Amino acid sequence: MVEWTDFERATIADIFSKMKYEVVGPAALSRCLVVYPWTQRYFGNFGNLYNAAAIMGNPMVAKHGTTILHGLDRAVKNMDNIKSEYAELSVLHSEKLHVDPDNFRLLSDCLTIVVAGSLGKEFNGDVQAAFQKFLAVVVNSLGRQYH
Amino acid sequence: MSLTAKDKDTVKAFWAKIAGKADDIGTDALSRMLVVYPQTKTYFSHWKDLSPGSAPVRKHGQTVMGGVADAVKKIDDLSAGLLSLSELHAFTLRVDPANFKILSHNILVVLATMFPTDFTPEVHVSVDKFLAALSRALSEKYR
Repeated sequence: MVEWTDFERATIADIFSKMKYEVVGPAALSRCLVVYPWTQRYFGNFGNLYNAAAIMGNPMVAKHGTTILHGLDRAVKNMDNIKSEYAELSVLHSEKLHVDPDNFRLLSDCLTIVVAGSLGKEFNGDVQAAFQKFLAVVVNSLGRQYH
Repeated sequence: MSLTAKDKDTVKAFWAKIAGKADDIGTDALSRMLVVYPQTKTYFSHWKDLSPGSAPVRKHGQTVMGGVADAVKKIDDLSAGLLSLSELHAFTLRVDPANFKILSHNILVVLATMFPTDFTPEVHVSVDKFLAALSRALSEKYR
C-alpha cells in the first residue's frame, strides 16, 4: 500500500481542483506526440499529425487529451487504492490497445512539464515531488496487469 | 536520435534567451533534483547544507550550467568538446550516468516554470535531445 503524507494528499487535491482539463489535457498529449514522436504509433486514425503545428491544432488529439486527464480523477478520489482503480484500464491498455507501458511514463513526464508551466513558481520542489509520486503510482498501476 | 540542424538552431536561439538566468536555472534544477530524487543526495554527503537554494547548491548550480553553456558552444561536436569533462565524471566523480537523465528532466521542469511561453513543444524536443546528447558525451569515457 502506498503511504501518503497529509502534504501529498492536500497537494494532489489542490492541483486537480484547480485543473483546467481542456487546456492541460490537450497540451500534455500533444506535447508527448511532438517530443516523443514514436508515441504517434497509437493514433493512426487521428488524421494529420505531420508536424508540431498540425498536432497542436488537431481536434481529435485535444479531445483525447482531455479524456486521458479526466482518467486521473479516479486516482485523485481514491488515492489509497489506485492499483485496484486501474486494474480494468490496465487490462484494456495491454490486451486491447497493446500500448507499451513505457509510454505512460513519457506522457506523465509531459504532464509534469505542462503543469509546471501553468503553476510556475508555485510548482516548487515539494509540490513536484508529490505530483511525480502520484503519477508514478498511476503509471505503475496501469502497467500492473500486463503479462 | 542525433541533433538535426534545426535542433541546433533551436537550442542556440533558446539559449540566447535564457542565458541571463543560467544561475537561477542551475540552482532551481539542482534543488529540485535533491528533493524529488533523494537518492541523488548520496553524491553530496560532503556538503553542509543540501536544502533548496543553499550556498553549496547555488555554487554547484552555477558550475553545472557553465558546463551546459560550454556544450551549447560546442554543439557541433559534443564528444570532442566535452572530453575532459567526461574524463572528470568517469574517473574522478564516477556519477552513475542514470543521474544525467534525472538532472536533465529537472532542467526541463525549471525551463517550463520560468519560460512558459518560450518553452514550446518544439523547443522542448530540441532541448531534450540536446541534453540527451550532452549526457551521452559526458558518458563517453566511462568504459
